[in-house]
Amino acid sequence: MSRIITRRRFLIGATMTASALGLAGCDALVENDRTKSVLKIAEGLSMKTQRFLLGDDALAREFTEADISPTFRANGTSMPDNARYIDWMNQRFSSWKLEVGGLVDKPMQLSLAELKALPARTQITRHDCVEGWSAIGKWTGVPLGALLQAAGLKPEARYIVFHCADEYEKTLDGSGWYYESIDLVDAFHPQTILAHTMNGRDLEVAHGAPLRLRVERQLGYKQAKYLTGIEAVADLGQLYGGNGGFWEDRGYEWYAGI
Amino acid sequence: MATTDAGMASGRTLFYRHGLLVRLSHWVNVLCMTALLYSGLQIFNAHPALYWGQYGADNDPSFISMVAEQEGDALKGVTHLGGLSFDTTGILGVSNVDGEAAVRGFPNWLTLPSYQDLASGRRWHFFFAWLFVINGFIYLAYGFVSRHFRRDLLPAAEELKPSHLGHEIVSHARLRFPKGAEARHYNTLQKLAYVAVIFVLLPLMIGTGLTMSPGFNAVAPWLLDLFGGRQSARTLHFLTAFSLVAFVAVHVAMVLVSGVFNNLRSMVTGYYDIGQGGKS
Repeated sequence: MSRIITRRRFLIGATMTASALGLAGCDALVENDRTKSVLKIAEGLSMKTQRFLLGDDALAREFTEADISPTFRANGTSMPDNARYIDWMNQRFSSWKLEVGGLVDKPMQLSLAELKALPARTQITRHDCVEGWSAIGKWTGVPLGALLQAAGLKPEARYIVFHCADEYEKTLDGSGWYYESIDLVDAFHPQTILAHTMNGRDLEVAHGAPLRLRVERQLGYKQAKYLTGIEAVADLGQLYGGNGGFWEDRGYEWYAGI
Repeated sequence: MATTDAGMASGRTLFYRHGLLVRLSHWVNVLCMTALLYSGLQIFNAHPALYWGQYGADNDPSFISMVAEQEGDALKGVTHLGGLSFDTTGILGVSNVDGEAAVRGFPNWLTLPSYQDLASGRRWHFFFAWLFVINGFIYLAYGFVSRHFRRDLLPAAEELKPSHLGHEIVSHARLRFPKGAEARHYNTLQKLAYVAVIFVLLPLMIGTGLTMSPGFNAVAPWLLDLFGGRQSARTLHFLTAFSLVAFVAVHVAMVLVSGVFNNLRSMVTGYYDIGQGGKS
């Protein structure tokens, strides 16, 4: 009897050791740089395939008023923790301005009132968090393409970078500021808007007041909140971690269509 | 299945059962589905809850969720299934990480990587999803062109008669497996299981997976209507994955009880020993 238990104990122990070794082996493989570069092949394939199938103008699904989520979860920063933002908020964003610069012919500074006076698009769309949950909301805002046309892109401009007022991760070197970027295909997509209104009301602080990006064919982390500036650039390598976005610098795909 | 027989010494008949392409795609599939399952559970752990319909987040009613609840000093893992709740401490909701109770949907030994890392989980999942899809297309093309599906997997009309099926189910339950001439082809239960996996479950897996992609929704909006929304598709993706796990469990059990060495040899070299009387 005792022999059976010993043998069973041995088997259980051996199995646990083997699975621990297996796990450690898997983790080591996950962290290996060569593995990472091989896995990155998939991101390029996914982006090229989606772009090929999508074309430039295929629209994300738009829903009806009845589909709007009763509560729209706020994710990431819900209250930026810096003096400049708190000042803006206390003045109900009357002193806030959106800066449009970089590789453009006519750099601009637009107040919230000026943005709201521009022709707008309203769309009821689904927000898909990379974590897996979704919420449906109604957004109204200025089509980014129209703004970029007014500013006049220089021929060498390839990407549009969005600067934000939230430092999502406090770091000594300031690399924790939220930022995002998209290419010109998505920048000029008809559903890509700078939203100032959500579900018929001014955007709430938790959802990115006073202005957030909506790029409806991509995941939630592309929908940058608390916009302060838009910059046209030729490449993304010089910004922060060089991968084109806060989460991209932390290992997530730049093209977030899947 | 080519019909060349070899190795007839000592009363055995080695029969060439699986073509090279079938064997290769089978093992590539094993690799892909293993990586996809474990990285998929990693992705699920980023938000361990499933919903029906077009949207679903924390405050929406869920179909299933695995949460941690504080009970005194201890963390309790609770799994909600519709209106039912189960204490699943240690496995679902709360499990052991380095000797301490941690909030975790599935435990670390079921996820790739073992620690919580959604970005890595996604990279592994999409890499092996591509490999799996490419492998699948090659197999499908081969299966149709070589007539492998029609010859080996399509059940004949008489095989689908209730009396025949009943007979096969009884022999299976008694673990009596065909020998000799009968073992030259799959039995009806095998055929039906393989057809269901190849033509129903695996395409469903890919279809529901693509339905979760906001980009692919713009390419093929009809997928959203087919599966009733992104969150329904996510739930079906999970249920289909579990159906595949169940299939693999039965498949491996059948391999073990019906002659593990013979089965493995046939899936590695192609040759299956049909035993005595193979020529009849």
